[in-house]
Amino acid sequence: MNGTLLWSVGDELRERTLPPVDRMRLIKYAGASGDYNGIHLLDDAAEDAGLPGIIAHGMLTVATMGLLFSPHLEYGYIKTFRNRFSSMVFLGDVLRVGGRVVGVEESDEGLLHKFQVYARRNEDTVASGEVGFLLYRA
Amino acid sequence: MLYKEFVGLRSEPVKNLVERGPVRRFAEAIEDPSPLYTDERMATESRYGRLLAPPTFPRTFDYGRIEGLELPRVGLIHGEFSISYERPLLVGEEVLCSMQLKDSYDKRGRRGLLGFLVFERTGEDPYGERIFTTNDIVVVTEAVRRGIGA
Repeated sequence: MNGTLLWSVGDELRERTLPPVDRMRLIKYAGASGDYNGIHLLDDAAEDAGLPGIIAHGMLTVATMGLLFSPHLEYGYIKTFRNRFSSMVFLGDVLRVGGRVVGVEESDEGLLHKFQVYARRNEDTVASGEVGFLLYRA
Repeated sequence: MLYKEFVGLRSEPVKNLVERGPVRRFAEAIEDPSPLYTDERMATESRYGRLLAPPTFPRTFDYGRIEGLELPRVGLIHGEFSISYERPLLVGEEVLCSMQLKDSYDKRGRRGLLGFLVFERTGEDPYGERIFTTNDIVVVTEAVRRGIGA
């Protein structure tokens, strides 16, 4: 068994508060992902689309939830990730990401830990989903 | 039902390479500090033996085009995303990627008639072994639907 990580149902991942969403972050994500849709970068494009302002890439929010598992990659990896978007994210928004263990299953590869994860702005959930993190057998 | 005639069609697979520079840039953009994405020496000494790609990195790949399918450029809403891996994705790998419009259905809700498009994208190694599968649900609002004359 892996001695350094032991998760049981109900355990919570330490919630992380992210820096406010700013334009440079969206520009960098556009460059890195190749998603240059104007609604994420240009005020005019957002306005033309009927939005009150530019919105963050949904996939950036998903990637942000993935950060919860980055410290544990030596011991396992994200095998499944399912995410629903429920609210748009705007400039200046401060998101918090977190999750908790809702199940553990044996598989051929190791122990698949199922987490419910979320990204929230104040009390609003902007995205939520499930992550299956596979913990390798030692 | 939108784009009904395209349901089931798949793009020609496109060869993608998981490159170190783009992985580093992606990890920096999402502010993910894990050294396994960027530190060659640590990665070499890890169980993986080489650098890893972040879980949502496959978003950056080219999946080809479904012949004739032209989606509106503005107004689409990303409703859901999911990815499932057979194994971790490694830097230096060659991945054959393709996409398929898996399903199209309509639902009438508070915001009028909504169209839902389900896209599946897959990545395989050069031997045809599946590495990952993603599913995206894209929502087409009534206003956008009117715009495309459907």
